[in-house]
Amino acid sequence: MIKSRASKIGDIVIIAVCCVLIFICLVPMLNVLARSLSSTEYLIRNEVLLWPKGFNLDAYTTVLKDAKYTHSLGFTAVLTVVCTLLSMAMTIMCAFPLIYDNLRGRAFFNGFILLTMYFSAGTIPHYLLLKNLKMLDTVWVLIVPNCLSVFNVIIMRSFFYGIPDSLREAAEIDGAGPIRTLIQIYLPLSTSVMATLALFYAVGRWNGFSDALLYIKNRQDLYPIQLLLYNILQNTNSIEIGTQEGFFDPGVGETLKMATVMFATVPILLIYPWLQRYFVTGVTIGAVKG
Amino acid sequence: MKNTQAALRRPHKKLSWRNYMKRYGTLYLLLLLPIIFFIIFRYLPMAYITMAFKQNNIIKPLFEVPWAKKHGMEWFIKAFKNRDFLFAIKNTVTLNLLDLVIGFPAPIMLALLLNELNHRSFKRITQTVIYLPHFLSWIIISGLALRLLAPTDGLINILLGKVGIAPIPFLNKPNWWTGTYVALGIWKEAGWNTIIYLAAITGISPELYEAAAVDGANRLQRIWHVTLPGLRPTIITLLIMNLGRILGSEFDRPYALSNKLVTSASNVISIFVYQNGIKGSQFSLTTAVGLFQSVIGVFFLLSANSLAKKFGERGVW
Repeated sequence: MIKSRASKIGDIVIIAVCCVLIFICLVPMLNVLARSLSSTEYLIRNEVLLWPKGFNLDAYTTVLKDAKYTHSLGFTAVLTVVCTLLSMAMTIMCAFPLIYDNLRGRAFFNGFILLTMYFSAGTIPHYLLLKNLKMLDTVWVLIVPNCLSVFNVIIMRSFFYGIPDSLREAAEIDGAGPIRTLIQIYLPLSTSVMATLALFYAVGRWNGFSDALLYIKNRQDLYPIQLLLYNILQNTNSIEIGTQEGFFDPGVGETLKMATVMFATVPILLIYPWLQRYFVTGVTIGAVKG
Repeated sequence: MKNTQAALRRPHKKLSWRNYMKRYGTLYLLLLLPIIFFIIFRYLPMAYITMAFKQNNIIKPLFEVPWAKKHGMEWFIKAFKNRDFLFAIKNTVTLNLLDLVIGFPAPIMLALLLNELNHRSFKRITQTVIYLPHFLSWIIISGLALRLLAPTDGLINILLGKVGIAPIPFLNKPNWWTGTYVALGIWKEAGWNTIIYLAAITGISPELYEAAAVDGANRLQRIWHVTLPGLRPTIITLLIMNLGRILGSEFDRPYALSNKLVTSASNVISIFVYQNGIKGSQFSLTTAVGLFQSVIGVFFLLSANSLAKKFGERGVW
């Protein structure tokens, strides 16, 4: 197809706009990264923009020496893995039976689950329940109450629906029970959607802090990394990290903060680009019937 | 095809309960844990909604707590006489409306732009990068924003200073804070939200584009007469969902971004509930507030949905 001149100019404009957008998305990260790697004197003189000056890794080594911070990083990592595995198991267990159109009571189960998406009891009733269940200030409160998302169940179910019934019926005729059908037929065909949902659950847990804020009061060892990070960012002068000398130097506190931000960000940045081609399908399926 | 499938399934329907359970009982076993989860963590909390109509007492068992004064309506009346709560409603609606008016069209325009990008690999890179902010928590974003938007030594104000503009208190003055809140929301989610629209665009029949080309439509005319009409159902559905959330309030976003200087703009309903309920132990009052919020949410969702149907759209249901 021969392109007209106007359309070529249009292409260039579009590419230019996209470049600007990429720049806008990356600048905050680059600025923080550059500052975390720079030495104090350049920071104080406001000379660090997107490239580190006086390159050093002091901030990172200092943060890694802080027992509280590394504990929280490790704890959140383990928590994220456990939550993701549990959530995936629950999501599959919830979604799979619902695709059987001869499941007796299916309409009821569907309604029972969907209703919770539109009407929620609210923050305080949830809090009071967890209080009465004696779950406050335990690790369970960070795992169980949000281990199943209706939205993700719908995505999973829609994906299962897309797998031809004939496969399931063939398996049944061969004498396979539901569990075997699930494990040998459905799950191997669903790797893309499972990768997507695992990513959603994992990111949700890694980034989540409001449940810890509401439900954890006296157990600082149960603070997820984001909550610790919030406390660090809010305290301008009294960063609990970095008890070394130079602690009162505002510039040092600054690089430390930036380093803590980077530590909480990097795990996600390393994972999500690899899953991109999967999560696009996941989001799309979810949108079809929300 | 349909008939053969139906024929294959028919025998199952005739199964006796005993045989049915023998064959499909495991399905109920699979559903058992999820259903227990929903009962305990989604339906049981609803019993505590009665706290909204009861005296503020969480030591006694729930069913022994006496009803509140004024026929149980005491807390609702108190809430609407509470200045902080009225401000919280105002802030919630303001922020949500701004998100709707400014934030909602952003991913649509972005998707139209990406769709016009012909370079495959460059398109992929662009998408990877603009999805990135979605994966950052609001805490991290507040960290980035505090740094970048700092009045004296933030990157943005340094650059503005070079053009001769006085430092802007992006996060420290209520009005500026509101704008920053909306802008950061767009920064975080606009890219991610293009996914749905881009998927909808791939569903538009190529024949329509061919016909438009034959008619001599230029790029903008193609977008206006083919792509946008093709996106209409998606836009309406998402608009309905957003209208349902007009009084809903996120917690993470305002909590992470707010500070003492801007509480007059940043105290939304969820923050009010957190501060007065969890921190201030006014459980009945804040349960009433939450109930009010949920009911209004359902009401808005239902009205937006039936409105959409009245205009001949598919709606959410």
